[in-house]
Amino acid sequence: MDPTALLLSRLQFAFTISFHIIFPAFTIGLAAWLTVLEAMHQYSGKPVYRTLFEFWLKIFGVAFGMGVVSGVVMAFQFGTNWSVLSKMSGPIQGPLLSYETFTAFMLEAGFFGILIFGRPRVPPWFYLFSTAMVALGTTLSAFWIMVNNSWMQVPTGYVLENGQFVPDDWAQIIFNRVVWVRFPHMLLASYLTGAFCVAATGAWYLLRRTYRAEAHVMLRMGLALAAVLLPAQLFIGHLVGDYVHDYQPAKFAAIEARWHDEQPASEVLIAIPDSNTESNKYAISIPVLGSIIGSMSLTSKEVGLASFAPQDRPPVAIPFFAFRIMVGCGFVMLGLAWLGSWLGLKHRLDRSRLLLWGIFLSFPLPWIAILTGWYTAEVGRQPWTVYGVLRTADAVTPFLTASAALTSLILFVAVYAFIFSFGTYYIYRLLRAGPAGLVGKPLHVPVPNRPMSLADKMPAIAEAGE
Amino acid sequence: MVMFWVALLAISILIYLLLDGFDLGVGMLFGLAGSEARREAMLRTIAPVWDGNETWLVVTGVIMWGAFPVVYAMLMPAFYIPVVVMLLGLILRGVAFEFRGKASRSRRVWDISFTVGSFAASFMQGAMVGALVEGLQFSNGEYVGGTFGWLTAFSVLCGVGLCFGYALLGACWLVRKCEGPIREATRRQIPLLAVAVLAFLVVVFTHALIEHLPILRRWIERPYLFLFPLIGAGAAAVLATSILRHDDYWPFHMVSLIFAAAFGTLALSFWPYMIPFVVTIDEAAAPHASLAFMFWGAGLFVFPLMLLYVAVGYRVFRGKTAAAVDHY
Repeated sequence: MDPTALLLSRLQFAFTISFHIIFPAFTIGLAAWLTVLEAMHQYSGKPVYRTLFEFWLKIFGVAFGMGVVSGVVMAFQFGTNWSVLSKMSGPIQGPLLSYETFTAFMLEAGFFGILIFGRPRVPPWFYLFSTAMVALGTTLSAFWIMVNNSWMQVPTGYVLENGQFVPDDWAQIIFNRVVWVRFPHMLLASYLTGAFCVAATGAWYLLRRTYRAEAHVMLRMGLALAAVLLPAQLFIGHLVGDYVHDYQPAKFAAIEARWHDEQPASEVLIAIPDSNTESNKYAISIPVLGSIIGSMSLTSKEVGLASFAPQDRPPVAIPFFAFRIMVGCGFVMLGLAWLGSWLGLKHRLDRSRLLLWGIFLSFPLPWIAILTGWYTAEVGRQPWTVYGVLRTADAVTPFLTASAALTSLILFVAVYAFIFSFGTYYIYRLLRAGPAGLVGKPLHVPVPNRPMSLADKMPAIAEAGE
Repeated sequence: MVMFWVALLAISILIYLLLDGFDLGVGMLFGLAGSEARREAMLRTIAPVWDGNETWLVVTGVIMWGAFPVVYAMLMPAFYIPVVVMLLGLILRGVAFEFRGKASRSRRVWDISFTVGSFAASFMQGAMVGALVEGLQFSNGEYVGGTFGWLTAFSVLCGVGLCFGYALLGACWLVRKCEGPIREATRRQIPLLAVAVLAFLVVVFTHALIEHLPILRRWIERPYLFLFPLIGAGAAAVLATSILRHDDYWPFHMVSLIFAAAFGTLALSFWPYMIPFVVTIDEAAAPHASLAFMFWGAGLFVFPLMLLYVAVGYRVFRGKTAAAVDHY
């Protein structure tokens, strides 16, 4: 095993998965929202819902496409760079990802074409059904991914035979408690991403004094959903912390930057952890709170990193800071959602330009929270790939050369940077142009079979609007 | 159980070859189209289905990982460079569907990325099959052939051959879905492509004879294998007459049949090996608990549903796409 190839493989996996998660995180929530809009339009007949549906569908198309192509990479990267992991955990991870592909990807892919091009070709109920199926597909995909990753975090229901993890209890693998707190955590995070993007777009239009009707619907729906979901998310996040505390004490200690056992334990709010001296610099901590958070107790003993052999400890700085950034984003979003909803109820949102600016600029927060949350989970799991059983250093393809790994990493970074810059630029252009051309006119019927026909008019309109 | 998953893997590979085959083929022919109108019309024939087509590659990948993890773990790293290049090709062509119509000044960029991506993915798929047929170096279940072990004259030949094959399939798809100048232009391409594919098959076969590829012994041991080339020859004959008759419907199905025959030949020559003469199906199979878990849900119930989605998708977008435009 070549240590450089190992490092490069880890970088490549981190890079490609971080890039990928940006898009599903957005489209899972957006697909659900599109389904709600289409249902509300069919039920109430109000054109504003249809306008919003067509508008967000264009954005969904671009984001979904980038999610699909960057997702295909993941199915093969386990094999190319992590062949030992593939061979050992194939009997468990392979079937789980098969279920993902069979139940989720095919559902999404099958109905995505109808969603984008099929409206003129199918009856309304079938179009609504197709929208719902795409939403269901994205959700199922998240579910299987969380089952898969949770098994790597807390491996269970297997026996080790002939160098392979052989499943002996699928129910335990799929229905274990860890899955059922982490899956809702991810799902809510995706819904919050969708909600904040929609609300931020609404705020942007109000600030620019355009599309008032649509902007109000977007703000109201986005903020209300976020206001309800955020407390639930904080609670479920706490439950996720509980599983880490119970099953992955070293990760928990790293997140808390707790170097030595403490009883009762204090909670480090912020500090600069220093692994050389095994202590924190400039720490601000609150006594006893660590025990309360960890064990709901005033007296419990909480484990420190020094209780683990140095080769079994995760890095401290990344989980420590990433976790705090995630929680910070959560509280900022909570404040914005509650304040915004309250002012919305009082019909004072239009005049609160400062808050509108805040909501507009908040759209990256859910993504930052999702990425830092995943960094906490994945970096905190180190040095293990399958927690406690298979080390990352042992999971990599043994004969992979540094030059091959470097070549692929450079290629991935170059191609992803290229498509990301264009993709976000196109989405920005769509958002800036807004739902023009759809308001109060006969609904635009897309040219069948061409995805971007909906969007073609947008640059022209954007230019005309300036 | 093992047999069930071998069968499903084979069916999924075949579906992928046919569906993404015409899709990638259209991508390569796209580069030859002279005008924006033609390019758009060509894209229109595949835009609603490309995502579903490509998903069959993922299906193939995950069945291999779940049901035959040993083979997955051996082949993926052996094909490190071709797999990465194939994936990047698929990315570049995939986003082109979405980006092209949104671009104003940069449309040319996505036209190029669409064609180049389609070529890269097709070539690498062919090269991987070629390398597998010719034989990769393994020792104690681990690949020892080096980063470029897959790259030989034979695998390059197979890569080029598959590009022609996919392009032929794509041309037949265009003839089936289009009317007017595209159909006429494509009709003229089909004989050239068909001859190129035929020439490639002859060269590959000759090369295999000269090199005494061990896989040829299979043909002497298993004379029934000659049935498949016969089916292929029959299909080629029908293809030729249907082209001469200016038929739109049959060429696509005949080329599909040729692909199926070629795939059948290859699969049965490999039997019972998954990696020829290195790993057999039984050695590669995952434990029973994995295969059974996949069988009782994904295999038995969801797989037929997947076929249903495909059928629904193609049914909704059936018929000539150009005609459909006039309709609205």
